[in-house]
Amino acid sequence: MHITILPNRKQLELTGRRRAADVLRELGFLPGTAMVIRGNELVPEGHMLEADDVVEIRSVISGGAP
Amino acid sequence: MKCTRCRAAAEVHLRQHNSAFCRTCFVFYFQRQVERAIDKERMFTRDEAVLVAVSGGKDSLALWDVLITLGHQTTGLHLSLGIGDYSDQSTAKTVAFAQARGLPLITVPLADDGLAVPEIARLTRRPACSACGTMKRHYFDRLAIDRGFPVVATGHNLDDEAARLLGNVLHWQMEHLTRQRPVLEPTHDRFVRKVKPLFRCSEYEAAVYAFFRGIDYIVDECPNAAGATQLLYKDMLNRLEAASPGSKLTFVQEFLHKAQPALTPATVAPPQTCERCGMPSYAALCGFCRLVRETDAKRERRQAAGRA
Repeated sequence: MHITILPNRKQLELTGRRRAADVLRELGFLPGTAMVIRGNELVPEGHMLEADDVVEIRSVISGGAP
Repeated sequence: MKCTRCRAAAEVHLRQHNSAFCRTCFVFYFQRQVERAIDKERMFTRDEAVLVAVSGGKDSLALWDVLITLGHQTTGLHLSLGIGDYSDQSTAKTVAFAQARGLPLITVPLADDGLAVPEIARLTRRPACSACGTMKRHYFDRLAIDRGFPVVATGHNLDDEAARLLGNVLHWQMEHLTRQRPVLEPTHDRFVRKVKPLFRCSEYEAAVYAFFRGIDYIVDECPNAAGATQLLYKDMLNRLEAASPGSKLTFVQEFLHKAQPALTPATVAPPQTCERCGMPSYAALCGFCRLVRETDAKRERRQAAGRA
């Protein structure tokens, strides 16, 4: 699966099907600190991502004032 | 996983509430959370016009979206901080949000007043975030009072409040602890009420709301935020939250309910009036005017040195 991580725009490829929570953990995200987005869909952490998915991992943590 | 509310397929799981929601029900849940915060904390009424401080980020735009959905009268206030492409994008997204919804928006380009944050930081050698915070507070207060708004709402969320609370506790900033609350009543007739309607909503929930509502917000981080202490505190709190969901909300709520009432605010004389701008001040000049005076003086010295 092709993954783009925001905001730093890093791109990487992961092989095989994986649970969204496992992908987040592997990439160093704590639970509740990033959204897993596939197309226009938010993927819950317990759901599977397929090998040919195009996914955006969008960090939700901001350091600046809102 | 099924939606807690309607049993349709859930799209988001909120561990801290042991709940899952489909898109429609999550939007409803989030709006209700904000509405309850406004009502329970008596932040403002439907008759009061709210000045919403909007940065172009997910929290402030989500807040503005909720407020207009709930039927409140709002005007946005956006300060363009002059931080290169980051500020250009932030302003563009804020303007686009307001235009698409026909909302009134006041935009203040700080560079037009010679106060772009990078230049201020360079001239005064102060941390950029310190200068930025001073200027934001000044413009929020001044524009609100000059244009007749009784209240300013900001998009500070639960993670922001928990991180700030952690910092205040770690350093035992007692005066800050007595003043950390979701509603700040004015202490001078040139101040207005300041409120944080998202204070019970996590950063994740605000992001999901913005995503579900199709809000185009700036995802990039402010370049000055790198290494900020607040990010360290947020990371610590998120590790705690991962092990014990609900910890952040408990930390903030129980502080407000149990600890803060037991704190005795220091007796402080009410602020006087700044000689230069007329806003409240604890010295002859307010913090903003001291910053402007220092900036102008250093700019003049540099120009003089360049001519010599």
